Amino acid sequence: MSAASRLRELSILVWPAAALFGFAVVPFGLLLGVSVAHRDVEGLWSAGFELTQFAALLNPTVLDTLAYTAVLAVLVAATSTALAFPFAYFVAGMARRGQVAWLILLLSTLSLSEVLVAFSWQVMLAKRIGLSEIFVWLGWLAEPQSLSPNFGAVVACLVYLVLPITVLLIYPALSRMDRHVAEAAQTLGASPLRVFFTVILPMMRGPILSSAILATVFTIGTFVPPTVLGRPEEWTIAVLIGRAALTGGNLPLAAAMSILLLAATLALTGLTVVVGRGQEPRR
Amino acid sequence: MSGALAAGARRLYLALFGLFLAAPLVIVIGVSLNSTRRMSFPPEQASLHWYAVFFSDPRWLSAFTTSLAIATGAALLAMAMALPLSYAVWKFHTRLSQALVGLGMLPFLLPGVVVSVVYLIFWGWTGHAGKIEDTMMSHAMFFLAVPLVTVNLGFHLIDRALVEAAQTMGARDSDVFRTVVLPLILPYIVSGLIFVFVLSLNEYLIAYMVAGLNVETLPIKVFNSLRLGFEPTMCVGAALFMLVGTAAFSLVALLGDLPKLLGAESRRD
Repeated sequence: MSAASRLRELSILVWPAAALFGFAVVPFGLLLGVSVAHRDVEGLWSAGFELTQFAALLNPTVLDTLAYTAVLAVLVAATSTALAFPFAYFVAGMARRGQVAWLILLLSTLSLSEVLVAFSWQVMLAKRIGLSEIFVWLGWLAEPQSLSPNFGAVVACLVYLVLPITVLLIYPALSRMDRHVAEAAQTLGASPLRVFFTVILPMMRGPILSSAILATVFTIGTFVPPTVLGRPEEWTIAVLIGRAALTGGNLPLAAAMSILLLAATLALTGLTVVVGRGQEPRR
Repeated sequence: MSGALAAGARRLYLALFGLFLAAPLVIVIGVSLNSTRRMSFPPEQASLHWYAVFFSDPRWLSAFTTSLAIATGAALLAMAMALPLSYAVWKFHTRLSQALVGLGMLPFLLPGVVVSVVYLIFWGWTGHAGKIEDTMMSHAMFFLAVPLVTVNLGFHLIDRALVEAAQTMGARDSDVFRTVVLPLILPYIVSGLIFVFVLSLNEYLIAYMVAGLNVETLPIKVFNSLRLGFEPTMCVGAALFMLVGTAAFSLVALLGDLPKLLGAESRRD
């Protein structure tokens, strides 16, 4: 490459590179620094090196919450992936207009604030709203009652938040999938259900796994639904981090917990890359 | 026979799925139309009473305009970074530009709570805490991945023959960019802006941790009001955001190829 072109490239990249350095690299570096800093009640933290906060992570409350968050996240990710896959498959097979309409609905719910979704669920699960009366009519409840806060409400709201994300992550792969294979299987006499389970599902193993993993990561980071729809025993690690930072004013502890969560997330995200590699088309 | 059965099952599944997605939205909009303070659905004597209350209450109105200002700033800032980065990757495809794009994608892939702690600490450290521009910049960095994806896709779809033809006829790089490249990627720029705008509008946790006490956005206001009990104006705020989101994405679909933007193979039908 000529020197002139190199210079031009650098002149174009100077601003975004500086912005990325100043507002992404430095802040994340600071997180590492604060996690080993000394907790200072007045100035929140002061420079230093100690592993007090990482030692504090070994406390049973943190470990229990982490385990509970992991179970919750896997449950939510598995449920939403199982629900999303057939849906994404149907949408990808539609004519263009239908696809666009569904995509707009998905994006609108996807972009909706965690706060607004949690609030909507709280309203929907309230005593005076029809849902509890429908449950009474179905015989599931003796009389109308408030259906939150509890674990079920947290799971339902999280599934609602994650569902559009999982659909949109699986959708590209499904829309590029060669549908002739499924058609061939059907021509040879396989039932639609059988084609679905023995042809389509195995072909899409990679995208399904990677979207489930990303859904897990997303669920781990959510803060509002467990706070609004859960009792303290339904609080996730994200709630602990938020409380340590804001209510507790313990930034080093919040930073150390964030790093723990970051490490777990990066490991999971790395897994999607590995899964993706294994799915490159082979000849 | 089994074909008809499959089609019926497919319809039923789609209908239930749509119902699940729409239920909270419909109920919140329904409750916002009540004319009394009570939370009931279907609404009693539907009216736009609480909408009038919302727009005449300076606190709700200011939360709404703060949200709009942050979302606009964040979208423009994110695009100001994404455009040169994507251009450099497309024009020079060097390892440096690709590495920078990779770096820009990263924050979006991390749990929101971690990013919010990162910026809480960072803005406190700069001594510039609690300002609206802090929230804008933090949102721009968090959502940078979105315009990077849309604009990269736009560049990727440019027919190189058009660029070569312009160059053969003597156009300089800046002319090519202005007259050939920019018009072709414009729809992708606009979609990227809209996506960041809507996402930033709705983001709660980062906005709250960075400057939530001074800079109250609508989600922050709704969350704060949640603790004090039900207020019909909260439903109005939520309903407005749903409408803004749906309108914005319909606009994206109108401007360009939404399925392709979301990664689908283009098909002719």
